[in-house]
Amino acid sequence: MTQQNSRRDFIKASTMLAIGFSLPSIGKAESLHKIDTSSASALGIELNPYILINDDGKIILFNARPDMGQGTYQSLPLLIAEELEVTLDQVEIRNTDGQGKYGAQLSGGSSSVRTRWLPMRKAGAAVKEMLITAASKKWQVPTTECYAETGKVFHKPSGKSYTYGELVEEASKLEIPKEPKLKDQKDFKLLGKSVPRPEIPSKVNGTAVFGIDSDIPGMLYASIERSPTIHGKVVSFDGSAAMKVKGVKYVVKTERKMPHKAVEAVAVIADTYWAALKGRKALKINWDAQGSDKISTDAYFENLRTLAKTEGVEYKNEKVGDFNKRFESATKKVEAQYETPFLAHAPLEPENATVWVQGDKVEIWAPIQGPDGLIPQVAQYLKIKPENVKVNVPFMGGAFGRKAYFDYVLEAANLSKQVNAPVKVIWTREDDTTQGPFRPGMLSAMQGGLDEKGNVVAHNHKIVGSSIQHQVFGNPLKNAPDDWAIETANKEDSPYDFASRKASFHLAETEIPILWWRSVYSSTTAFGQECFVDELAHAAKTDPLAFRLDMLADAPRFSRVLQTLAKKTNYHQKLPEGQAIGIAVARSFGTIVAHAVTVSKNGKGVKIEKVVSVIDCGMTVNPDNIKAQTEGNIVMGLTAAIKNGITIKDGLTEQSNFHQYNVLRINEMPKTEVHIVDNQEAPGGVGEPGLPPFAPALCNAIYNLTGTRIRTLPFDIDNIG
Amino acid sequence: MAKYNLTVNGKKYNVDADADTPLLWVIRDHVGLKGTKFGCGMALCGACTVHLDGQPIRSCSTPISTLKAANKITTIEGISVNTDSAVQKAWIEEQVPQCGYCQSGQIMSAVALLKEKSNPTDSDIDEAMSGNICRCGTYPRIRKAIHRAAELMKDGGNSTGK
Repeated sequence: MTQQNSRRDFIKASTMLAIGFSLPSIGKAESLHKIDTSSASALGIELNPYILINDDGKIILFNARPDMGQGTYQSLPLLIAEELEVTLDQVEIRNTDGQGKYGAQLSGGSSSVRTRWLPMRKAGAAVKEMLITAASKKWQVPTTECYAETGKVFHKPSGKSYTYGELVEEASKLEIPKEPKLKDQKDFKLLGKSVPRPEIPSKVNGTAVFGIDSDIPGMLYASIERSPTIHGKVVSFDGSAAMKVKGVKYVVKTERKMPHKAVEAVAVIADTYWAALKGRKALKINWDAQGSDKISTDAYFENLRTLAKTEGVEYKNEKVGDFNKRFESATKKVEAQYETPFLAHAPLEPENATVWVQGDKVEIWAPIQGPDGLIPQVAQYLKIKPENVKVNVPFMGGAFGRKAYFDYVLEAANLSKQVNAPVKVIWTREDDTTQGPFRPGMLSAMQGGLDEKGNVVAHNHKIVGSSIQHQVFGNPLKNAPDDWAIETANKEDSPYDFASRKASFHLAETEIPILWWRSVYSSTTAFGQECFVDELAHAAKTDPLAFRLDMLADAPRFSRVLQTLAKKTNYHQKLPEGQAIGIAVARSFGTIVAHAVTVSKNGKGVKIEKVVSVIDCGMTVNPDNIKAQTEGNIVMGLTAAIKNGITIKDGLTEQSNFHQYNVLRINEMPKTEVHIVDNQEAPGGVGEPGLPPFAPALCNAIYNLTGTRIRTLPFDIDNIG
Repeated sequence: MAKYNLTVNGKKYNVDADADTPLLWVIRDHVGLKGTKFGCGMALCGACTVHLDGQPIRSCSTPISTLKAANKITTIEGISVNTDSAVQKAWIEEQVPQCGYCQSGQIMSAVALLKEKSNPTDSDIDEAMSGNICRCGTYPRIRKAIHRAAELMKDGGNSTGK
């Protein structure tokens, strides 16, 4: 199993027979074509996107969602393999290169398994049927006497068999079945079985190839000095000292092209990365901050608090009953505001890209979340044809949303074009921490009304903050709320039976670059939503679990998750003196997760004794990986709650590296326990849904222990006020 | 520029580099071994951990000029190319890596810990491993895998499988 395609492999692959069909998306008509790439005249007939079998038996399965650690390198090929009746050790896995025939290729929104569950299985099942038909023809027996297993078709009565390689040519002449029969869940051999991930051995011996490991003959290295303030213009620069650094070849003016604006920069290009970095440090640049030195996160949050006092734009679909009237007449009124900070993604592999522009053609080696999205951006940027952009997708050393924003690739493209050589741009950790884009800082203004029995008769969630859609995609949001921002707090994701309900969005524009960050707005919106449910439970003098279950009576999957959590965490048992438990539940990306966090007093602060999690993500591909992702979400959620946010003062990011932008370390890791709800529901997402409910569960636990209600993240866990 | 003699994974190299070039970039770009990773450049994350005469060091903050020709440097590639060391076996058994980027450094720290303490406690693990950041959050599995490696070593292997 190799990650990067060598030239030899590529030539070999291009001579293979390919069969199968493309599936643009679930529910759409599938265009089915048989093809034979061995003849030039066959070009133009649609290629099988996902399965290649050659006549000496080699099988290649294509993974169309780049792997940043979430496991798509296994999960998507495994969906094909299950139906194709092959095991993963019989196949080679390759990442797709962004070509349209593979369909959407962005890893994001925890979408890979839940959107590709049926198309990938159908791709495998159709090819299997064709191979069986091919065998039956060769043997001149009915297909009903044949079956497929571990890469072979067997004739049951005689025990004869053909390998897939022996059948592929015959199979490629057949019509592709439009509705291949899929296996029953009970017959799955791979799905739901915690098959070891195929790339793990390469990740423990240093051979896995990440973007930063790309090595192109003649390649130069670049380090780029960008505006230290949020944006700025290069008034003048002096590169003479930089040019004196041995190995430095060029000092050039360049730019960082973001979706919403381009910002000027100066690049030092050298034979080695170290020379480029040294040269960069020797640059003298006179910047015009263009007023961006006035930007601060303090002022941003002040603005959110001011906006929170006025009406936002209502989410009309979220309206239930007459909130204003019910709140006005409520027996008890509760109001609270919650704030979540700007955050950097801080993938351990910093942004980097190697790009080689040769005339009107370009080749790219870069850790990116979506090659199909990159191609048109590069084509447009370089004013070349999209078909002239070749993308190689290696493993990503973490991404968390950051590597779906391609500024760093365009930087390398710009420089390669300027110096007419392959150029590798590597961001420093300081670049990554200070430059953004960041998760936007958000505010949730909550109002709740209870009747005399403690029922919630009125619930209002006003979301105040900046809009990723607005800044990154130019959505004007004219009289429309940001529909992403309400995720995890909408009626479907937070189906509490509130007698009246209202939700609104208040746009706060910002020049600070913003972007989705693992679980997008669910990581910010769930904090207010789920802490406030707890506040209402306490106001109603009801146990927070019982309070939730009472309001989720019509949401059986939610109830089951909470009941499982109660059981696994012994919720109803008396805790030792000085301990308390807090819970939260949230649905995001089609999956419900609940956490129970047990805390104890620890001097002026608290210690996390244990985290118990329950996830209902429907049918599973790899349960062990679902646990791993949930563990990872606990770590990232805890980091976001108790470590540093990103703050900006005088236009400068105040954190630069891991000494100021701390992340959780192993000595701070609480005990965790993850349970998966077993069911036959359609698969939900896995990479993100564990994150949103973590901070609320922790803060609810801290309230239960100390009586201190934490409404602003991050907070100091060693010093609870 | 100056010439430096290095021994990496038992092989001798002669490299031409500036005196202040960090060992990390010498290993990656001069020697050409890419398993050792860049994460922070300030010895804060541990992704660049290698062994200098058996001791874990942060190669991103070790200038090449501070090394002596007699020093033996071991990188992840020198632990075992066949992933048969106890630590690597345990890492596979526990399915530790997610993105995998930090894992070379994690494994180098774990191998050094197990050489010092063949049966480490959780607090030994915390102490030895807290310099290695994993942004994906594989900490629970790293802890399990180190205990598992200790067991495997008891059964006859050693931390490096050699």
